[in-house]
Amino acid sequence: MFIKEYISDVFKAVSSLLKGMKTTGSYFVRPKEIITQQYPDNRAHMKLPERFRGEVVMIHDENNEHACTGCTACELACPNATIKIITKFDTTPEGKKKKALDTFVYHLELCTMCNLCVEACPTSAIKMAQTFEHSVYDRNRLLKKLNQPGSKLRAGVE
Amino acid sequence: MYRETQILNSNTIAPTTARDLAMDEAGAGLVINVGPQHPATHGVLHLVITLEGETIKKIEPHLGYIHRSIEKMCESLSYRQFIYVTSRMDYLSAHINNHGCVLCVEKGLQLEIPPRAQVIRVLMDELTRIASHELWWGAMAMDLGAFTPFFYAFRERETINDIMEETCGTRLTMNYMVPGGVMYDIHPNFQRRVKDFIQLFNSKIDEYDDLVTGNIIFQNRTKGIGVLSREDAISFGCTGPVGRASGVACDIRKLYPYEVYDKVNFDEIIETAGDSYARYLVRIKELRQSVRIIEQLIDNIPEGDFQAKTKAVLKLPKGEFYSRVETARGELGVYIVSEGGTTPYRIKFRSPGFSNLSALDHMSRGCKIGDLMAIMGTLDLVIPDIDR
Ligand code: SF4
Ligand code: SF4
Repeated sequence: MFIKEYISDVFKAVSSLLKGMKTTGSYFVRPKEIITQQYPDNRAHMKLPERFRGEVVMIHDENNEHACTGCTACELACPNATIKIITKFDTTPEGKKKKALDTFVYHLELCTMCNLCVEACPTSAIKMAQTFEHSVYDRNRLLKKLNQPGSKLRAGVE
Repeated sequence: MYRETQILNSNTIAPTTARDLAMDEAGAGLVINVGPQHPATHGVLHLVITLEGETIKKIEPHLGYIHRSIEKMCESLSYRQFIYVTSRMDYLSAHINNHGCVLCVEKGLQLEIPPRAQVIRVLMDELTRIASHELWWGAMAMDLGAFTPFFYAFRERETINDIMEETCGTRLTMNYMVPGGVMYDIHPNFQRRVKDFIQLFNSKIDEYDDLVTGNIIFQNRTKGIGVLSREDAISFGCTGPVGRASGVACDIRKLYPYEVYDKVNFDEIIETAGDSYARYLVRIKELRQSVRIIEQLIDNIPEGDFQAKTKAVLKLPKGEFYSRVETARGELGVYIVSEGGTTPYRIKFRSPGFSNLSALDHMSRGCKIGDLMAIMGTLDLVIPDIDR
């Protein structure tokens, strides 16, 4: 009895192992199903989804104009104090003083890509970009100014 | 005064450890440290194991290596902001953590969630659960010496991550749930890709069974190992697959249904053996149930808003609020005490991993040290979830 059980155990064991080997073997002869990506060789045609959160950028149009009014809603929405809005006072043609954006400071090293700032912006002035290769040798280079030099508020945006 | 001096003098900083060390010096056992940096603990968990020969006499987990005081951090964040931090607790079911938090905030605000958002949330939850169980399956098989499953599991998990990336924008810590609904509508490709995935995945689960479940080496290493009785599971507060493998019906989706879980058909998987193999079976069967839920909902996403109208600044009324969700590892409880302001006065998370880990000592006493890998593997511990 004992011998019989022993032999049947061995048989079962071998068959269970063969069953597993069959699965691995079937992939061995079907190399098409291998899904490895050859990064960074495939950089040229690699496409990330448009919603991918890589970093916060400010949208500028062809006239170098943006839609940021300097309202600091994004600064308040950010959980990590990643954003610092520095405002200045512009004088309008009528001679009135008007608050405007001076510098949009963005600490990429603090950002967690939570998207709360983009959601909070009333004028959709900022968005998430698809860039992701952010590593640099010096930490200070992660400190960014998002409004481009010489850019100004698009007319009509309040 | 006298008492204080006595305490200071008597070296009571770690009473049990000190005493045990003394005992072990006398030859009653060998103390070894597993972790905090150890490939088998999948994170910075430190286990002080007392051995006698190869038999485990006692396990003492030392925690705190990845404690980031998330609960305290949440107290200084607004009700919109604190949700993203909770992705960093149990990062494998980040989505479900966020779900627990928004449910609690919505309870406080007495918000009605649009049906479309409810269905999207449940779909995302179940996809997350599949992804989490997949990672567990691959990592556990790797702990037990089978390397191939790891790659297969990650291949399917990658598909889910791609779906998530397309709709939520991130792969792991998706801050997609907001109080009132979800952050944005699903991507136009979402339904098609999920359906493709489900079709592919159904055949893959059978492959998993062929590869690991039926494997004789695997069965011998898990059957009868780390048995947790029903009573012990209840008294340790084990939930999720660990509790259900011991015969405790503890699925929050069935007991306290939230969102649309009371409208879909799925089975609560319960095993009674309570050993490592039973815990394994529960998770593998749960994969099929998650697929079932997704199949029922994917074609029936109601039209409408994906977010309810909310104020820009959320204020919870004074009081205490509690919500619970079923994460991939068990019951997550979120408890908010509000003083009526814009930030919580106190937040407490009841994390499943912590309670499940507490049963480790009890389960592994008398087992061999080699069995520890099987026990730890089937407990499915995520260390940041334990420490928070
Ligand atoms: S994505 Fe989040 S962390 Fe980053 S700047 Fe915006 S709000 Fe702050
Ligand atoms: S980016 Fe938007 S939210 Fe931030 S200051 Fe400018 S307008 Fe306001």
